[in-house]
Amino acid sequence: MIADLDKAFESRVRLGIMAVLAVNTWVDHARLRELLDVTDGNLASHLSALERMAYVEVRKRFVGKKPNTAYKSTTAGKRAFQAHLDALEQLLKKDLRP
Amino acid sequence: MSSQDPRTEDATALDELGAIRAIMDRSQRFLSLSGLSGIAAGAVAIVTAFVADHWLESLGASRMDQYAPLLDPGYPGKLVWDRVAALIILGVVAAVLAIASAWWFTRRNVRRKGHRMWDATVRRMFVHMAVPLAAGGIFCLALLVHGLPALVAPATLVFYGLALINASKFTLDEVRWLGLSELVVGLFAVFVPGHGLLCWSLGFGVLHIGYGTYMYLRYERR
Repeated sequence: MIADLDKAFESRVRLGIMAVLAVNTWVDHARLRELLDVTDGNLASHLSALERMAYVEVRKRFVGKKPNTAYKSTTAGKRAFQAHLDALEQLLKKDLRP
Repeated sequence: MSSQDPRTEDATALDELGAIRAIMDRSQRFLSLSGLSGIAAGAVAIVTAFVADHWLESLGASRMDQYAPLLDPGYPGKLVWDRVAALIILGVVAAVLAIASAWWFTRRNVRRKGHRMWDATVRRMFVHMAVPLAAGGIFCLALLVHGLPALVAPATLVFYGLALINASKFTLDEVRWLGLSELVVGLFAVFVPGHGLLCWSLGFGVLHIGYGTYMYLRYERR
């Protein structure tokens, strides 16, 4: 059972990022920081880890004169997140049976 | 801590699912709504109600029948339309002022947090307010066409309350309670149609200022 849980989501921050990106497209850095209540550096390192695994897609552009970095979940990322949720659910169901 | 213990595992899984659900819900809400917006809108409403009340009184309104100056004494059920139009214009000016000041304070709050104003959460909140509000506006016009000006103030409160309840799923939780309060005041006002402006200033004025102050103290004061 434990084996089904994605190692990528062991961190609460990564799980939180994927949760936000599961229901929103193109969420920027400041918004993620506010929602997850983490520091910039911490968020950035988890985001780049997710990016390396191709679970999130990054878009850098300028809004007016300010640089704006936004993130979106890839299809692989969504699938992995869903599988992780299913695994958590299975874990609970299994133990409910007598 | 052993991960073999099913109880610990369950607790962690439950905990995790709960946290995920909470984050998903929060991420779809507009959280930068400023309490100062409510206070400003409330102040505009009270001044507006005061102006309207004095104007109607100067035209011969009595305490018992606030809306007598709007009705044509010669023809029952017929309105004096230029007076009604003046009140509608007053209402529109008040709405524009209230929305503009609400926008200004909320935008200040959004910028302070480093966000953009017109993002998906704001749009979602606006769309969910717009439908009940548009229905309410048309409903109020129909009330006037049928010569029932006394029911307009209560109707605006009822529809505004419903709009807030509808939009509250996408913003701070206090908005739902504000909406319910507006709805209660509006429904009460329907039963005392002679006191429409008083209920109106209670609903749009006092309630906005009260909830706005609470939200400001809870989320913004630092």
